[in-house]
Amino acid sequence: MGDFFSNYDILGAFWVTVQLSVLSAIGALVIGTVVAVLRISPVGVLRLIGSLYVNLIRNTPLTLLMVSSILGLTFILGLQISEQNTRNAYWWAVIMLSVYHAAFVCEAIRSGVNTIPAGQAEAARSIGLTFGQSMREVLLPQAFRGAIAPLGSTLIALIKNTTVAAVILGTAEAAGLLAQITENEGASLPLFFVFALGFVVLTLPIGIGITNLSRRLAVKR
Amino acid sequence: MSAENVLFDAPGPRARLRHNILTVVGVVLLAAILWVVYRRMAEANQLEPYLWQPYVTDAAVWTSYILPGLQATLEAAAISMVLAGVYGLVFGMGRLSEHRPIRWVSSVVVEFFRSVPVLLMMVFFFYGYFARADWLSSTMAPLAAVVLGLTLYNGSVIAELVRSGVHSLPKGQAEAGLSIGLTPTQTLRSIQLPQALRAMLPALIGQLVVVLKDTALGTVVLYPELLTQGGRTLGSAYGNVIPAYIVVAVIFIVINYALTVVAGRVESRMKRKRRSAGGPQTNAMPGAPGGEGTMESSGVGGDNVQNIDATSR
Repeated sequence: MGDFFSNYDILGAFWVTVQLSVLSAIGALVIGTVVAVLRISPVGVLRLIGSLYVNLIRNTPLTLLMVSSILGLTFILGLQISEQNTRNAYWWAVIMLSVYHAAFVCEAIRSGVNTIPAGQAEAARSIGLTFGQSMREVLLPQAFRGAIAPLGSTLIALIKNTTVAAVILGTAEAAGLLAQITENEGASLPLFFVFALGFVVLTLPIGIGITNLSRRLAVKR
Repeated sequence: MSAENVLFDAPGPRARLRHNILTVVGVVLLAAILWVVYRRMAEANQLEPYLWQPYVTDAAVWTSYILPGLQATLEAAAISMVLAGVYGLVFGMGRLSEHRPIRWVSSVVVEFFRSVPVLLMMVFFFYGYFARADWLSSTMAPLAAVVLGLTLYNGSVIAELVRSGVHSLPKGQAEAGLSIGLTPTQTLRSIQLPQALRAMLPALIGQLVVVLKDTALGTVVLYPELLTQGGRTLGSAYGNVIPAYIVVAVIFIVINYALTVVAGRVESRMKRKRRSAGGPQTNAMPGAPGGEGTMESSGVGGDNVQNIDATSR
């Protein structure tokens, strides 16, 4: 077991997983919020753009996005982010993870908005709050609370999906490294459990935290 | 969808003006995006007819690349879904068992495979066992890895669906079963599970979308599925990488979108049925044990559908 750790950069691979997770989570949250705003806006064309984005991205395999970002966008269309190949692949992985999970973030936020009973919005308007006020004071706080649980599961999915970046990052990332070690050294169940445990350690606290948070913040109805 | 009507007042003259301006902005934005994509593609000579023509003129594009790939994708998805259903049922029931050790073991297994990335399992099974196994032909080894990875992950998700489905049933169902003398296992099998499975149907169809998308991971373990065949192989054979990926993406999107629509239809149909079955009770207060109570729980089930959709890739 110690051999694996001294011969291969396992911790480094997990560090890349953490970096990808954090950067893409931020990206996905930003893009997803924008798309969610488009999807609940009162303007038909903007809603159309939003739902096009969600339906196209959500139904495409992440693997396809990853593979085509390098083989298609970089090599053929010349959309190169960095001269250095590994950096280029790294940033494309972040972009594709963000773009892909933004569709799920958008749906999470929208489902949060949908948990608000119609009476809340009607009551806010009937006491004379403007649109901005009713959004800020009444609707968004409730929507955010309702969206915590689905946002949390999206985050967990994102962390696990960083492994898909192996198709362009190779051994720099956990799944790619496990593939290489297993190919070279044969199957080692303990090693598999170490990798699996890595992801359990990354995702379990988030799951527990999110459950607690959403329970504590749940709007009693 | 009803959100718009609730969130916004009926627009007055000023709001209408603003909406019109935003409409124009939206159209311009959409056009600009399409134009940039078009320019990029044109500059890289990706719109040349000879790159796209094979799809119409050359039957081999379909018969030796795309269709075999699609078949492999559907095959892997179908086998995995069936096995995941069996696995999910067994471990879902295990988690609901009255025996503590069974419950405990099932929980650990389900939680473990739910939190391990599918790709990690696939590469480990493939490079560690199946690619080395002499009892598996070299064409079967990738399929075995893909199916096993997908089954363990999605089966665990389905096990959770089974559990939450049974928990969302009204308590009276189990109590009625027990009170007529059925054992807890009999109650679970013949009273709770049939109802829970019906309620799970939309979520199961949604899970099928996840399985279909995840078969694309098979490209890492050399499984000749749609992305490998119709994207990578076809793209390098005909030198039309970008068109190949676009076509593969369209095929995935069409199939998955159709499944999503079906899942939505099934769900709304079941909701309607339940509402009419609830009869006069539907107007009961949310806390009432009868009609609305069940509706609430079905709503939670509905939420789960979304959660799980998001949990998955």
